[in-house]
Amino acid sequence: MSTSTMPALELDGLRKSFGKTEIIRGVDLAIGRGERHAIIGPNGAGKSTLFNLITGRFPNSGGHIRLHGNDLAGRQPFEINRMGLSRSFQITNIFPKMTVFENVRCSLLWTKGYKYSFWHMVSRSRDLTQAAEAILEQINLTARRDLPAGVLSYAEQRALEIGITIAGGADVIMLDEPTAGMSHSETDYIVELIRKVTVGKTLIMVEHDMGVVFGLADRISVLVYGEIIATGKPEDVRSDAKVQEAYLGAALEADH
Amino acid sequence: MSDISQSAMKLPGITAANAAPWLIATLFLLVLPFIFSANSAITIMNQMAITIIFALAYNMLLGQGGMLSFGHAVYLGAGGFMCMHIMNYVEDYSLPLPLPLLPLFGGIFGLGLATIVGAFSTRSAGTVFAMISLGIGELLAACSIIIVAFFGGEEGIPGDRTYGLPFFGVEFLQQIEVYYLIIFWLVLSALLMFLFSRTPAGRMANAVRDNPERAEFLGYSARRVRYISFCASGFFAGIAGGLLAINLEILTGEDLGLLLSGEILLITFLGGVGFFFGPIIGAIVFTLLKTVLGLETELWQLYVGALFVATVMYFPGGFAGVLMMHAPSAKLGKLKLLVVPYIKTLVPAFFAVMGAAGFFEIMFHMRHAAVGEEEMTIFWTTFNSHSVLPTAVTIGVTVVGFWLAKRSAPDMAAAWHASITPNKPAGASAGERPADSQAQGGGS
Ligand SMILES: Nc1ncnc2c1ncn2[C@@H]1O[C@H](COP(=O)(O)OP(=O)(O)OP(=O)(O)O)[C@@H](O)[C@H]1O
Ligand SMILES: [Mg+2]
Repeated sequence: MSTSTMPALELDGLRKSFGKTEIIRGVDLAIGRGERHAIIGPNGAGKSTLFNLITGRFPNSGGHIRLHGNDLAGRQPFEINRMGLSRSFQITNIFPKMTVFENVRCSLLWTKGYKYSFWHMVSRSRDLTQAAEAILEQINLTARRDLPAGVLSYAEQRALEIGITIAGGADVIMLDEPTAGMSHSETDYIVELIRKVTVGKTLIMVEHDMGVVFGLADRISVLVYGEIIATGKPEDVRSDAKVQEAYLGAALEADH
Repeated sequence: MSDISQSAMKLPGITAANAAPWLIATLFLLVLPFIFSANSAITIMNQMAITIIFALAYNMLLGQGGMLSFGHAVYLGAGGFMCMHIMNYVEDYSLPLPLPLLPLFGGIFGLGLATIVGAFSTRSAGTVFAMISLGIGELLAACSIIIVAFFGGEEGIPGDRTYGLPFFGVEFLQQIEVYYLIIFWLVLSALLMFLFSRTPAGRMANAVRDNPERAEFLGYSARRVRYISFCASGFFAGIAGGLLAINLEILTGEDLGLLLSGEILLITFLGGVGFFFGPIIGAIVFTLLKTVLGLETELWQLYVGALFVATVMYFPGGFAGVLMMHAPSAKLGKLKLLVVPYIKTLVPAFFAVMGAAGFFEIMFHMRHAAVGEEEMTIFWTTFNSHSVLPTAVTIGVTVVGFWLAKRSAPDMAAAWHASITPNKPAGASAGERPADSQAQGGGS
């Protein structure tokens, strides 16, 4: 397979059990480079668990995960991150005591090549400061720069979460319900933000808001009870009988 | 970003403003022996300076890295004992190793031990880390009794710091010469530890302390970040150990024991783990309590313990936290609002504390003084510790003082809140930010 046609992310018979219950029951999925892929499904379907498997938070019980063709088996989250995959969390996961600026700066350090250096002064690096400020500008939090991240409003914290996720320049971005719990205007703001910051990147997103999903995604996978019951273009998935029955009809109705 | 804003962008590096505290502190340390020139004072100051280095090193773990160690004295001890042996070896073989360099070897041995222990103890920061540190502390304390050749058993290992050739004419015979040697290492170590906190490894130590999981998803191994802080902390603890060896010229198992490990935890927490300078205050206050109060009363540890418990319960930020609570008031120029309410609460509170201390002293004297010796003197007053009146007075002072303090405490709290709140009409510009963020927060 040449690099241009190789999928960015490939799941192959992926399984995960917690104790006796199998939560992910054999997932096959290939997500192309530069694709925006949405994963939808009812509560408890295993969407976040799937994210946790891909990013190395949990070990899988079977199957393979390949990022740009490299098997991720046995790799730690930080190793996977260094391979160019970055994620956000369903429940905001930031550094609440550090300032907004520092949150972003910390997420830049590795890719900027500082590693574990104890001989560079972070504040002396113009490159680092400018890159962090550019991210703040992008996520619209420049005015909040020096506040502790913990005091930001919910929507602002979600924006920061996205900022931290994309700051390192990963080319595969995974967002777990980025607009959950947001008002309409806040959702619009976050969707615009996602669109802006993921240009040219592979985006994998879990989302409940169908407006967001059909607006952003190139392709959609429907995960129900640990299995993907359909994958395809939004309009195909929308008209899929199985999906209608299992999930989407109810969700679309609830949306109206 | 435009060119103008780029060139105008300030990079906080070494500026007059952030070099000033260091220069002032150094100058202060240099002239201190001229103010307190008694030999006893210099002895206390030497002890204090070494404790400051140790406490700052400890806070690299506790405050910066979120690792609670119950056995950090082993790294101080490792450095100290090694320096003692080097001192003796160099004397025996007349090697040209100048004394002022010796603490560096202490640091290297502290670092060496930390690289070994840290390799398995920094896997997590929680209870497991704390328990391993306690275990290692216990282990080395046991070794110090068993391995007599290295630790000297009960007698310890003595050394002679005046072994070598004079260092530029200084022979380190006198305490004052040792003082200047110690503060050289104090300023150097403190500066390096401060700078460490500003490096990628230091910033990520904070990040891992607050949210290790998120740090892992940013490319950092939380374990490696902890390990680096741990090793750095062991290095500076070792330097403190080397200085201790030079200062005391004898080390025993106590100098790496669990008691000292507990003491440094207490000192660091008392001073405040949230700010770089917190442990410095803690070390100064504790050394003063131990030496000055320790001379006055056998019960000094009781008072230090009570102070510690009160700090943990009411001021988890320690002395530094209490000080920094007043930074906003100072910025707004409103500190004077606090003077009267503070006097109204703190003066009765002071008397309550003194009354309680008097009560404990009387009880202690009654129980423990030799039979027939009923006279005692506290607060410049001599009386019979077995009579009822003094006890009644101390109880009375405590109760009344406490009651008065408690009654005016709400006013004090209110005054503090008023002092950190910008004035409505005049402070419009200063108040813009909080008001703005409130509006945003309310809107979501
Ligand atoms: N660490 C765990 N241990 C045991 N069970 C778990 C664990 N994590 C998730 N589960 C279970 O796995 C199932 C799927 O959870 P998951 O969080 O992946 O669902 P989801 O599709 O993300 O749902 P939601 O839309 O509510 O976020 C749930 O039944 C959950 O209880
Ligand atoms: Mg979920």
